[in-house]
This record gives sequence, C-alpha cells and structure tokens, in this order.
Amino acid sequence: MKYLLMLYAVEAEGLKIPEDEMVKFMGQMFAYQDALTKAGKFIETKPLMPTTEACTLWLENGETRVQDGPYAETREQLGGYYLIEADDMDEARKWAARCPAATWGKIEIRQIRDYPRP
Amino acid sequence: MAAADHEAGRTAERVARESYGRLIAFLAARTGDVAGAQDALADAFAEALKAWPASGAPANPDAWILTVARRRQTDALRRRQTGAAGQAHLILMHEEIEAAAEAPAEIPDRRLALMFACAHPDIEPAARTALILQTILGLTAAEIGAAFLVPPAAMGQRLVRAKARIKAAALAFRVPEREELPARVAAVLEAIYAAYAKAWNDSGEAQASPLAGEAIWLGRLVAALLPDEPEARGMLALMLYSEARRPARRDGEGRYAPLEQQVVALWDRDQIGQAEALLHQANAGGASGRYQIEAAIQSAHVARRLTGVENWPVVVALYELLETYAPSPVVTLNRAMALANVEGPLAGLEVMTPLAGDRRMADYQPYWAARGRLCALAGHREDAHGALTLALGLSADPAVRAYLQDQIAGLRSC
Repeated sequence: MKYLLMLYAVEAEGLKIPEDEMVKFMGQMFAYQDALTKAGKFIETKPLMPTTEACTLWLENGETRVQDGPYAETREQLGGYYLIEADDMDEARKWAARCPAATWGKIEIRQIRDYPRP
Repeated sequence: MAAADHEAGRTAERVARESYGRLIAFLAARTGDVAGAQDALADAFAEALKAWPASGAPANPDAWILTVARRRQTDALRRRQTGAAGQAHLILMHEEIEAAAEAPAEIPDRRLALMFACAHPDIEPAARTALILQTILGLTAAEIGAAFLVPPAAMGQRLVRAKARIKAAALAFRVPEREELPARVAAVLEAIYAAYAKAWNDSGEAQASPLAGEAIWLGRLVAALLPDEPEARGMLALMLYSEARRPARRDGEGRYAPLEQQVVALWDRDQIGQAEALLHQANAGGASGRYQIEAAIQSAHVARRLTGVENWPVVVALYELLETYAPSPVVTLNRAMALANVEGPLAGLEVMTPLAGDRRMADYQPYWAARGRLCALAGHREDAHGALTLALGLSADPAVRAYLQDQIAGLRSC
C-alpha cells in the first residue's frame, strides 16, 4: 500500500527560523529519508514553493478562471510531502510519527487509492 | 459545523483513549464475546461521530457510548440466536461472568479478570499477550508489533487467528478460577510490562503518562492477587525503578539526559524504596525469572549512580543470566553496552556482531544509537556517522534527535 504524508505548517513561522536551526531541521529530514530508504519504505519526497506563489484554476461557464493563492485559505499550508510504502495505516502512522516535520507542523496521512485504468 | 465536528471527534477520541479497555471489559463481561464487544464499541463510536456534532457531546460520553454499544450487542445477539436452548445457555453464562467479575475477593479489577481470561490455554501462546494488549489496553497491532519486534501485518494476522479460535471453539470467555491463575500469569505480566514500556518510549517528556500509571496500577493488583508469584513483584519493581527516574530524563532545558548524566536528586526516592523492597521480597527464594533479573539490573544502576562505586561487571553478569532466561536481540544489545563499560567499545561491538544481520534490528532505533556510540568510542568515524544518522532518522522524540545531532557533530571535531 502507498501512503501520502502531507506536511502542513505555518509558512510565515517557517520563514522566521534562523539559518543554523534550519540546517539542523534539514539534517533531521535527510536522516529520516535515509531511514525510510534503508527500510525499503521510501518512494519520493518533495518540498513545495510557498503558497504565495500558488494559483488556483477552474472552469466557469466554459471560461478559465485563475486566482492567485492556494485553493483553501487555512492557518497552516501544505509545504511538502513524502510518498511512502506501508502495510497499513498503523504502519504509516508509525513512520509519520518519526517525521521531524511533526514537531513544527501537522502531517495528514492519506492512503493512495489504487484506480486501475480500464 | 466543522468546529462542532472537530470537538465531537476530540471528545470521542478522548473517550476511546481513556476508557477503551474499561468499556470492552464491561461489554465482554456481559456476553463473553470480545470480538463482538469490539464490533459493538466501534459501531457506538461511529454513531457518536454522527450524532455529537449536531447534538453536542453528552455530559457523560462514556455512558452514552456504553448504552449504544449494549444496544448493538443485544441486536447482534438476537440475530444470532436460533433456539431457546442457546438463549438459556447465554443467559446462564452472562450471570456467571457478572457474578465472577463482581466478586471483589477473587479478582479486584474487571480488566485484570479479562486479561487472565485472554491468557486461555487454548489460545496460541504467542497471541495471548497481544490479545490482552489489543482488547483490554487498546494498543494497535503496529504498536504491539513494535513492542515484540514483529512486523505489524504478522501481528495483525496473529490477532485475527486468535479471535477466530475463540469464536470457532466457542471458548468460554469467562473469568478464570483462582487456581487457574498461576498458569496464565506469564502472559498477563508480559502484557502489562509491554504497555508500560510503550508508555515509557512514547512519552519522551518527563511527565507521567496515563498508560504508565495504568500499567503500574495493574502491576500492583497482580502482585497483591498472587503473593506467591515472585515474578509479579519483580515486574512491579522493574516498572517502579523506571518510573522513579522519569523526572530526570530531561535536564533543566528539556534536553535528553542519558542515565549516566541524570541528576539523581530528581529521582523519586519513595518509588526507589518501594522497588528495592519488592525486589528483596521477590528474591527471597533466589531469582527465578526475567523480571527479577531485569529489576536487579536497575537496582545495580541505581546503586552505582547513588554511591559512585563502579559495578559494571555485576551488570554484565546479570545480563548474561538474563540471556539464559529470556534470550532476545534487545538483551544482547544491552549486554554489549554493559560490557563496553568494562572491556572497551571493541568488546561491545563484537557482542553486537550477530545483531547486524538480524532483520528485527533493521529499524530498531536503540540498536543504531548504541552501535553508533560504540563505533564513535572506538574511533570508527564513518561507521559511527552512518549508525547515528540512521538512529536520528528512526527517532520520534525531538529531544533524542537533538542529542544524536550533537553526537554526530562531535564526530567531525574529533
């Protein structure tokens, strides 16, 4: 089974973290990725650019509409993700608990739905 | 509406965390069917999540959940009953269970009674402890798997098989007689200690955890119920030694403090005194089990820190003895660390050699932290870096992460 760990945090707070602290956090994140890889659970991870650079698009009456910013205005923003392999939700939770991002933000865990093409 | 959903969800989660075992105990004592009790409780929680956002969480959420779950149980029972004979049998069984569970002289806590019932001789021995942890203490299969170094999926299957066995053989899920208890006590002690160890590992913080308090309470009950069982006292002593040191696990700035650096003035002397007395009573007839030996090891650590007198050879000897009673990679790991204090890091690493190929150690954080420490002491910087980095990645505790990062940084400067 594949699970998506979505990392949410307050972007504005993240920008305030001093450089040397950030180096420490990144060291923890790389070590976490190493541990996932070694356990054969790692598929992919990516950080995202801030939501100030996001835009949201939809069709209305056949017309494309675009709005600056993220779709949902929330206190915490999606800042990155891990895609991992896990036997079940319990195991996915175990790995999410080890993710350093859980100390400064929140992690939403979603199972990837297997949707075969007909 | 979203806020009400959230609030209702939180209340339900709190009830699930704090009262799960107690609710299962009530429901299963009524019918003798643990799997059915879990289903009924799950339905009741689902109904609560539907009803509470609109109506608000009730004043007594436990009672609300229990009422709904009991209704579900009764419905399920009606659907299953085919004849009057079956019904008469069930009613009789309920009455027996209720009577036994409410007889305070026999077993003083309903949960404890059900824990002994889970240790039924017809249930696969490897599943008994897991069954107790899941049904009575509310741990998940993954948490139980982590405690016993078994993959979560395998632990899940073991639990499913145990429940199927209870159903197929129609094992009477009754409270056992007093004379049946000694044969079942091992699984009960193992479950209580595993719950305590989980609480200890989870709460990096120095504050007490409800699960740890619950485990100690149950440990006291078992020790009082079976005064002739030295292992019950040994296990209680072991938990109290750990609990006594909890306030010292972090220094004034919230940093992780390993045993050798803890401020002993922060230790709870009253709990240490209780542990020493219990261990003394348990050992009156000579050490006879793993918990007594593990408690003796903790006693040696306490003595060394309080007196300043080195006693690592005693600790090594106790771990060697423990390995004959309860061999496990974790015991080998601890023996290696103790030996490193006597004969140096290379001797410790040599003891660890067989663990390198052990799959159970692959994502066991303490193994990599210990290995990294010995490699660093031996001057094997590259190996130390790899092991400490993996330990860092496997840790779920920010204070331990900071500690490991300091150790990794220290490698560069040496």
